Amino acid sequence: MRQALKEFALPVFAIAAALLLFGVLAAFAGVDPLEVWATLFKGAFGDWFSWQNTLQRAAPLMLTALCVALPARAGLIVIGGEGALVLGGLASAALAHALPLPGNAAGTVAVCLAGALAGALWIALAGWLRQYRGINETISSLLLAYIAIGIFKHLVEGPLRDPASLNKPSTHALAEGLLIGGIGGSDVHWGLVIGVLACLALGWWLRATASGFSVRVVGGNPRTAQLVGLPATPLILGACALGGACAGLAGAVEVAAVHTNANASLIAGYGYAGILVSFIARHNPVAIVPVAILFGGFGAAGSLLQRRLGLPDASVLVLQGIAFVLILASEGLRMVDWSALRARVPRGAGAVR
Amino acid sequence: MTADQWIALAAGIVGGALRVGAPFLFVSLGECLTEKSGRINLGLEGVLVLSAMAAFGGAYLTDSAWLGVLIGAVAGAALALLHGLLCSLDRVNDVATGIALMLLGTGLAFYLGKPLIQPQAPQIPAIPLGFWSDNTVVRSALQLNALVPVGVALAVLLWWGFARTRAGLLVRMAGDSAQATRALGYSVAGLRIAATTAGGFIAGLGGASLTLFYPGSWNEGISSGQGLIAVALVIFARWSPLRCVGAALLFGGAGAIGPALQSIGIGWGYHLFNTVPYVLTLMILVLTCRPGTAAAGAPGELSSTRS
Repeated sequence: MRQALKEFALPVFAIAAALLLFGVLAAFAGVDPLEVWATLFKGAFGDWFSWQNTLQRAAPLMLTALCVALPARAGLIVIGGEGALVLGGLASAALAHALPLPGNAAGTVAVCLAGALAGALWIALAGWLRQYRGINETISSLLLAYIAIGIFKHLVEGPLRDPASLNKPSTHALAEGLLIGGIGGSDVHWGLVIGVLACLALGWWLRATASGFSVRVVGGNPRTAQLVGLPATPLILGACALGGACAGLAGAVEVAAVHTNANASLIAGYGYAGILVSFIARHNPVAIVPVAILFGGFGAAGSLLQRRLGLPDASVLVLQGIAFVLILASEGLRMVDWSALRARVPRGAGAVR
Repeated sequence: MTADQWIALAAGIVGGALRVGAPFLFVSLGECLTEKSGRINLGLEGVLVLSAMAAFGGAYLTDSAWLGVLIGAVAGAALALLHGLLCSLDRVNDVATGIALMLLGTGLAFYLGKPLIQPQAPQIPAIPLGFWSDNTVVRSALQLNALVPVGVALAVLLWWGFARTRAGLLVRMAGDSAQATRALGYSVAGLRIAATTAGGFIAGLGGASLTLFYPGSWNEGISSGQGLIAVALVIFARWSPLRCVGAALLFGGAGAIGPALQSIGIGWGYHLFNTVPYVLTLMILVLTCRPGTAAAGAPGELSSTRS
């Protein structure tokens, strides 16, 4: 019980402290911190319009966070989700253009699967490079992300470009029937449901299945995994592929639900924000859902902060950075035995209370 | 292609190697110093962007390019110091901290740098390396950033320092064996914090050369992962400051292929040629890493080289 409380309390404190620091920073810019906090809340969760914006952003964040969380549970720090996302989006748009897909749910599923497959292969490549060539996966996945963005831009501005897209190079738009619509006529698209389901399903997989458990053993204690004869390499590659599939799916969903074609707007930093979300959720897929909604909300509030209070649009990035640093620092406090510390304080100090 | 085009292409690539290579040189030297002490700083990407902004802002406000360089380096050192301090906490992973600082440094730079996008700042003077040529293309391509000789001197100094000085030996000892360091009565955390901060200072010089030399403006796309490539560069250079110089120039040249081709009218594959440095890094890692063994010359305490 105490442990569970700590699990919950530390991230909450860290985020609260981050908001506090962010307010101080805004005060230096001559903006009333109270107003900043109020605007943040209003822009994120204030009304139905903000909620729609927030949830629309939360959907890809959940999926890209899974791309960090799953490899992390297998002991790998993969930070190249952005690459899997853009390639996933590209693959889905390319498939929809190349093949005459049925304009119904089956076609949409095919589009999503194409994205997931592209992402899975891309992140599995980083896992493969680590297992077979001994290359640090953090560095390789990031390099692969830059390469993926280069390939994306080359194809979108070259071979796959829709000649009709003049100012903003894009691929051909998806057929009407392939698009993912809003839930009940709102701006919140079904990608959110996909994201939540993916988080719940993968959380269940890690928790309740033999293969999920094996992945956690490989990540938690490689020596034990070796001793009991777990096949580390296939498990690690599997975790990477699953994570990559999620990020690729995020790209496909963004294309099919938001942009309707693949263009440079897809490179919006969801892959990097997903790293933060996963770390705050302590790589727990189920915890990713609320954290992604929170950070989707911060993202949604960014434009309101800019319009209402004249803060730069990068202020959300600062907030994210501060939150990340504090979350990591709180990790250092996790193991502190508070009761032992209190016992060490001389009796006299108690009188101050 | 005509002879003139070939000359322009070669000058573009060599000039680009010197120009694009300058930030690589400083960041890889900074990363080399950090990693020698046994820590990896992925946050140098954030350090680079923040110091680029600080250097530009400093030069703009003080009207002196060199004061700007100093301010940029100090800003870089401050952010790296934060990395060093955070990593000294128990159970705090240096790779994760690096990612956090990448985010924080970039965010702070964009946040504080908003008003700096329009103005012009005084620039670092150029050394005309192309004085021997009558060709204006060659002359303009071979304008050398005055910080580059400083970087080369710094590389020699670091190489000499690691081999010959007490401080250099201490840093290497902290990187090779934390236990030996403790046994001799030195603080591992203290040494690593010092090395990380100094590394951030050096990387900050790289940030300054991004904004205070051609094209010489501050914008939000100023860095495209040079700080992270530096980590791979250091592996490629096998943790030798001298080899970092060669590696940085090689990467600068690779990154200059796309723009150089475009300057002579070949626009095809511009984005693909821009990925050459990343592909090259990956190829080098494939060729130099071996599973299950640490890379030759790697500091023993470094987490990134074990897998």
